[in-house]
Amino acid sequence: MIPGEFEYHAASSVDDAIRLMSAHEDAKILAGGHSLLPMMKLRFAEPAHLIDINGLSELKGIQLDGDTIRIGAMTTENELIASEILQQHCPLLVDAAKLVADPQVRNKGTIGGDVAHGDPGNDHPAVMLALDAEFVIRGAGGERVQAANGFFLGTYWNALEEGELLTEIRVPVSKSGTGYGYNKLKRKTGDYATAASPVMLSLDGDVCRDIRIGLTNVAPMAIRAEAAEDLLRGQVITEALIEQAAEQVMAACEPAEDLRGDIEYKTHMAAEMARRSIRDALARARS
Amino acid sequence: MAKQHISFKLNGQQVDALVEPRELLVHTLREQLSQTGTHIGCETSHCGVCTVDLNGDSVKSCTILAVQANGGDVLTVEGLADAEGLHAVQEAFIQEHGLQCGFCTPGMLVRAHRFLQENPDPTEEEIRWGMSGNLCRCTGYQNIIKAVKSAAQKLQQA
Repeated sequence: MIPGEFEYHAASSVDDAIRLMSAHEDAKILAGGHSLLPMMKLRFAEPAHLIDINGLSELKGIQLDGDTIRIGAMTTENELIASEILQQHCPLLVDAAKLVADPQVRNKGTIGGDVAHGDPGNDHPAVMLALDAEFVIRGAGGERVQAANGFFLGTYWNALEEGELLTEIRVPVSKSGTGYGYNKLKRKTGDYATAASPVMLSLDGDVCRDIRIGLTNVAPMAIRAEAAEDLLRGQVITEALIEQAAEQVMAACEPAEDLRGDIEYKTHMAAEMARRSIRDALARARS
Repeated sequence: MAKQHISFKLNGQQVDALVEPRELLVHTLREQLSQTGTHIGCETSHCGVCTVDLNGDSVKSCTILAVQANGGDVLTVEGLADAEGLHAVQEAFIQEHGLQCGFCTPGMLVRAHRFLQENPDPTEEEIRWGMSGNLCRCTGYQNIIKAVKSAAQKLQQA
């Protein structure tokens, strides 16, 4: 299997990539390529131009900037896992990256590619929702910052406009009194999630001050279980309350049936991943 | 589509090829450069038989464009042995019966070689995680894990 014909452009800078995008109709950005190239082999994607941004060191790296961690969009999954800054200040992202694909793919797959690609099975979008991340986006008209919440609009549909490039991901430093959980069910290494749920939670004493519950691969795009969050926010979280929240998680799911399971199974697995992540987040916030 | 000239280091030797942009690295290695040790399996970046090193990282060469290797440094299974004989990971796969049909073996060897540089003294669990991008349908993995462990010990002593 080989992709269809296309013209290859190795961008020399972010500005060059943006210029190439506006100069060529039907162009696609080549990040890690481990979603795009398989789609091109199957002719699910047939771009006339590929703009390779792998050589752009300005899109790589992880920096601590006050209360914010700035992550270049071309930072690979294995670079996320190895980052001491993330291990210390945003361990949710490290745990999530460890469960993406396999070691070889994690050497190529990038956080920006995973965020921007648009497959509901991608792992980072729901993590970005739980973290309340922000995306730095550059286009011919300049730079803008967009919240992750509101970015994911549907399958292969997000708030990136034609000719825009995701350049940086900003996540807040996890403060004391916060906890995270990440649980992902997959059939085998390398598979997309049957269901996954990242959770961020902060406590005020025993009371849940805030909580965000993300869900992966159980809707046309990554979503938050907002009704479940509303139920838990401002409360002392008990097992009985987690059970009620799990009901709300199930109500938020609209998965597609496929080889990973039918709608009922996936809906129940999403609830179970959320239950486990809420419990893990609670335990970590208390410790 | 116009072909592009690429040049990269393959197992220590500089090589050149003319490739279409859509040509995958594994095809250049096998069909243009006659290095058929790197196998083609699933072609969807799951099975790992096409694993090579690109610039010191394990990658799946069925999902890398040949043009992306331009200027790079590629190591395939043909580059593991030297004038003194087989590499320690190759010896260990023989000693521990880490293969049966042998189809997955080139990918296993190249990945094991890189993994032991990333983690020279791994636990069994770390080996399982580090080798999880390579599938084997014969061995049940037990002897592959043993082989990697044994190679690690031999390399530590060297």
